Amino acid sequence: MTKKISKTRAGNPVWNFFTSVKLTVVVLLLLASTSVIGTLIPQNSSEAFYIQKYGEVFYNLFSSLDIFDMYGSWWFILLLVLLSINIVVCSMDKLTNTWKIIFPQKVNFNIERFRRLKIRECFDIKGDVNDALARCEGIVRGEWQTTVKEDAVLKEGAVSKENALSQDSTGKTLMGGGVIFAESGRWTRLGVYVVHVSVLLMLAGAVAGSVWGYKSFVAIPEGETVGGSYLRGTNEYIPFGFDLRCNSFSVTFYDTGHPEEFKSSLTVIKEGEDVLTSDIVVNDPLRYGGLSFYQSSYGTHSARNVALKITSSGSGMSYVKVVEFGQTIDMPESAGTFTLNEFVRGYNFRGHDLGEGFVGTFIPASPMGDRGDESMGIQRDESMGDKGDQNVVSPGVEVYMPLKFPSFDKMRRGEFIFEVDSYEKKYYTGLQVTKDPGVWYVYAGFVLMIMGCWITFFMSHRQICVEITPKPGGIGVTIYGTSTRNSQGMKLKVMRLAKKLKTP
Amino acid sequence: MNSSMLLSITTFVYALASVFYIASWTFKKDILSKTGMFILVAGFTGNTVGIVLRWIESYQLGYGRAPLTNMYESLVFFSWTMAALYLFVEYKYRERIIGVFATPLIFLAIAYASLSPSISSRITPLIPALQSNWLIAHVVTCFLGYAGFAVAFGFSIMYLMKPDMPGPGSLMSRLPSFDTIDELIYQMVMFGFLFLTIGIITGSVWANSAWGTYWSWDPKETWSLITWFVYAILIHLRLMRGWHGRRISWVSIIGFMAVLFTYFGVNLLPGLHSYAFLTLDFLPILS
Ligand code: HEM
Repeated sequence: MTKKISKTRAGNPVWNFFTSVKLTVVVLLLLASTSVIGTLIPQNSSEAFYIQKYGEVFYNLFSSLDIFDMYGSWWFILLLVLLSINIVVCSMDKLTNTWKIIFPQKVNFNIERFRRLKIRECFDIKGDVNDALARCEGIVRGEWQTTVKEDAVLKEGAVSKENALSQDSTGKTLMGGGVIFAESGRWTRLGVYVVHVSVLLMLAGAVAGSVWGYKSFVAIPEGETVGGSYLRGTNEYIPFGFDLRCNSFSVTFYDTGHPEEFKSSLTVIKEGEDVLTSDIVVNDPLRYGGLSFYQSSYGTHSARNVALKITSSGSGMSYVKVVEFGQTIDMPESAGTFTLNEFVRGYNFRGHDLGEGFVGTFIPASPMGDRGDESMGIQRDESMGDKGDQNVVSPGVEVYMPLKFPSFDKMRRGEFIFEVDSYEKKYYTGLQVTKDPGVWYVYAGFVLMIMGCWITFFMSHRQICVEITPKPGGIGVTIYGTSTRNSQGMKLKVMRLAKKLKTP
Repeated sequence: MNSSMLLSITTFVYALASVFYIASWTFKKDILSKTGMFILVAGFTGNTVGIVLRWIESYQLGYGRAPLTNMYESLVFFSWTMAALYLFVEYKYRERIIGVFATPLIFLAIAYASLSPSISSRITPLIPALQSNWLIAHVVTCFLGYAGFAVAFGFSIMYLMKPDMPGPGSLMSRLPSFDTIDELIYQMVMFGFLFLTIGIITGSVWANSAWGTYWSWDPKETWSLITWFVYAILIHLRLMRGWHGRRISWVSIIGFMAVLFTYFGVNLLPGLHSYAFLTLDFLPILS
């Protein structure tokens, strides 16, 4: 029955097309050469970027060919599909044969096949043929069993003896010489299939990952809790199914200024209960509930324990006050109150961005007490530009304290000068959140790929044959060897065996 | 003596070894190549000690890291892997003249590291993404792979140079037989392929542990995959009838060009890193 199948297969042009190694070469060549495109043309950038870089015409051409996301394009996927079909069909086609070689119903050797081999050693020895045969068998058995020892399968390394000239009509053993065959590593012929299967496993894992998995990102300020993350690309919100709190984030530096470690302490919260607390660093993610959380970025979210230096222009005295966000403190010299409002990433001052800084409100005790210089125009909100001029209750003066320019507030020429003396940063931690149910298939593929390559490249199915024939005045010995690869190694093996047989 | 000095000296020792091998070939004196081999072993020892010394120095500086993380260190290590592989092949195949085609490569890599003004030999600390044992596994295996391809490249040149009918006693007749060279090339390619495979795999496991993505089609990754495809093609071409010797030599040369591009050329490409927000150079050891 198997014969019938293989016959219909052999006649099938589609089947033949996919069994061909030529197809493999063509597909691999196409994969290699098209992959170059994606390294020359930046992938997944914005439309504006591409139009500016390549112009309208090329933009339209490239985008119709999916060049801007080529590794996910239909034609690239098609190449991978072709490769997969090629591997499956080719392996099925070859395996039937290989299987017969590896697990034959009856191990039989054909001396004629060996006699055609290139690797051989011919020499004469003295002595009795049967002794020589026995000795040779002993040596071969010893050698080839050790090479096979790692393998428990009995069939391998089995030494079969075939005494072609050994019987005469009386049934007595003649001194007719004989042939000894030995082999090892039949199973290594399976290595290629392991390699090919591993390619399929990796591709399957990649597909599973892209269908059932996702990659997303979330930033959590220290002390805060989130319940989901945002998909890369679309920014769609995906809930975790639990909550995640960032207890703290820390970054340490070498004295050269290079960062040494980024560390976040995270707590998983389920139904209001802390279930797991774990520190993560780059290269050591947190895995929970099918999700993995990777330390991938960080930044300053705000600050705490902000120490302000408040200098009175009148008395020349300086005071240091520690304040938190939202807190209102009494000013020194009973001059009013000050509230620390927020930490801002950027601040527009006459068209310049002054960068990160603190914003607070100073409410003088006497409404007209601290008018400041309105022409400075440091207020962020134009509608508040002329406060203090009116005799209504003033909302106060907005004070901006940029981190980069500590003495900036001097320019306001107010009654008090505000300056940030010190503060503790409050960070946010940036986490890459991924779900990839395919990764274990890919990893299994990795393991098989390495094993398969090792087996195919460094192990082989080796066979030897020693032919011992009586000659007038001595014994003629010929050793033939063959191996699925590394003929140099086989040559050396045969030479070594010859040397052993020559020395009585 | 610090490591960079020792490695500079090593560069000249390797140069001397090449000179001896080439002299042995041109002047047909076996004693010269034998001397060359001993000089090569001396250079290899210096190379090894230099790498170990650098490791110790990094501890003294308080960084404590394997010396495998920048261009300088990777080139020095590349020389080391090529020298190790070549010495093994010479020992195993008992062919000495082939050193003519391998030792210059060993010298060139370390010379480029030591002499190029754009490559700094300063020891810098490791940024967090690089602090991983996968990194060490990744670099070691990648460079073993590259070494295999480099030596295969040298042998391919040898194959192509050898005329079909070298005159008896001529320079070319001293080269190994076509069959031997052909087998040597394939052995080296298989060695390189196995280790490049492990290199790509360890790199991708590392990327997954650091960034949560085992593959991101970063130019460097993509080019190492292209290289891998080229050698996979070579392997299959060889299994098809008729692809031996000269043709395989050409494919092996093309493959080595891909290796060089992966190693040096990728830096010239528009560097769009998939994880730019990390401000980390993605897969930086290969850069
Ligand atoms: C990326 C994909 C592939 C990889 C990495 C790969 C790898 C390998 C390796 C390492 C070998 C062993 C070479 C040797 O014996 O020296 C091999 C052999 C082989 N491959 Fe592939 N291969 C791939 C795809 C394919 C495909 C699609 C086919 C389908 C025709 C194929 C057909 C073969 C055949 C027929 C052999 C020889 C088997 C034998 O010696 O009996 N390969 N492949």
